[in-house]
Amino acid sequence: MTDLILVLVVLTNLKLLGSSRLGASIRVVAAQGVMLGLLPVLAHVHELSLHFAALAAGTVALKGVVFPWLLFRALREAEVTREVEPYVGYITSILIGLAALAASFWLGGRLPVSTVEPSSLLVPSALFSILAGLFLIVARKRAVNQVLGFLVLENGIYTFGVGIVAETPFLVELGVLLDAFVAVFVMGIAVYHINREFDHIEVDRLDRLKG
Amino acid sequence: MNAVSFIPLLLALTLSPLLPGVINRTKAFFAGRHGQPLLQNYFDLWKLLQKGAVYSRTTTWIFRAGPMIGLAAALTAALLMPLGKCPALLAFPADFLLFAGLLGLMRFFTVVAALDTGSSFEGMGASREVFFSALTEPALFIALATLVRQTGQLSLSTMFGQVSNAHWLHSGPVLGLVVLALMIVLLAENSRIPVDDPNTHLELTMIHEVMVLDHSGPDFAFILYTAALKLWMLGALLLGVVLPFSGGNPWLNLAMALGGMFGLAVVIGVVESVMARLRLLVVPQLLIGAGAVATVALILTLR
Repeated sequence: MTDLILVLVVLTNLKLLGSSRLGASIRVVAAQGVMLGLLPVLAHVHELSLHFAALAAGTVALKGVVFPWLLFRALREAEVTREVEPYVGYITSILIGLAALAASFWLGGRLPVSTVEPSSLLVPSALFSILAGLFLIVARKRAVNQVLGFLVLENGIYTFGVGIVAETPFLVELGVLLDAFVAVFVMGIAVYHINREFDHIEVDRLDRLKG
Repeated sequence: MNAVSFIPLLLALTLSPLLPGVINRTKAFFAGRHGQPLLQNYFDLWKLLQKGAVYSRTTTWIFRAGPMIGLAAALTAALLMPLGKCPALLAFPADFLLFAGLLGLMRFFTVVAALDTGSSFEGMGASREVFFSALTEPALFIALATLVRQTGQLSLSTMFGQVSNAHWLHSGPVLGLVVLALMIVLLAENSRIPVDDPNTHLELTMIHEVMVLDHSGPDFAFILYTAALKLWMLGALLLGVVLPFSGGNPWLNLAMALGGMFGLAVVIGVVESVMARLRLLVVPQLLIGAGAVATVALILTLR
């Protein structure tokens, strides 16, 4: 079951790399967040406690409901076109994603942490999420897409944390979630303000601001 | 070699024209129509075989050879294709390479015959066909490589004989990805709906239909029959992965495989009824996606 979720996370990352619509991308990231929220519950189903249940509920609510709502609101208010407008084309992005996936599996097999986690797929898919998130931040023009890339990156770190969730204090997890929330909130406002000042949210034109 | 091993081949030869009939009936059911008879394809084939062929003066022997070589390649490929758990007539290590090669040969001669007519319209269809098949073949090969790696067998018959419930339980995600990739390959290779619309005769949308417009009479019958065989064989390829049960009895296996085959035809009919054809520009993304899915399966298997 955890394997299935992790494979779905890998597929959603590839879908994000090949997707051309901002709205669809936001929904995919939300679905990924919900799946990852359920992951710790399923991974530690034998030792289910309030700790895991609260963490899962918090993650699902935040990543599945609040973030998409904030991002859709930013999209609506910024009145941007719905195209992603990539620097790197969709097909090239998918091919780069596949290369990154292969690299993550190669690296994941070599990291010494591979023994603690519930599934052997966990570390590679976490690494892949991190790489895919970084790529999305670098290779897309829209500021909203960079928020999405950041979220995918955070999802990767979260996946990594699931393996060692039993040892992580609850407070740290909550702190990470809160950080992500504040980041998305601030970026949503920033996107709106960038748009109001400059009539667009294309980051490649920000370098012309230098006086 | 016993009598049972001839049966998958015989079934493929006799029942493959029924598959498009089942697909059409499913689509008719969704549209609320009565639809054409299930056996319409057989009637068409019979009618076409009675007719004479017309050849343009600009064509050469390549145009006449195209349908025949295509049919010959399809018949040879049918020898290699098992049906569910029933082994094929011929099985040897790495026969899936020959199978894919024969499909490629079939396509090559369809394309060359289309170019031989000198019509720019057919040239356009040929160009599309070659472009899309260049994208589906990697997906097909990577999916087959994943199956080889999973089962440890190099022949189609033994490979599908090996796939069992245990495989699905142990590595379900991998097999699921392979099935998804093979399904997209099947739809694309047989010019079914998300890629090509078999019903239209519009310049903008056609791929396969364009290339065979100038063929008539028995030649066109060969082409229709070859297309039906291709659908049957790629369906059998998909079915070999999807059907993990072995009833123990070869007759029971055959019955299950036949049921699965016509179930698959119904599934294709449903897909065609609920989906629209993709824009031509989006099709490469779909096919690359199939390749990506197959690659993920391969990476998961290799780890």
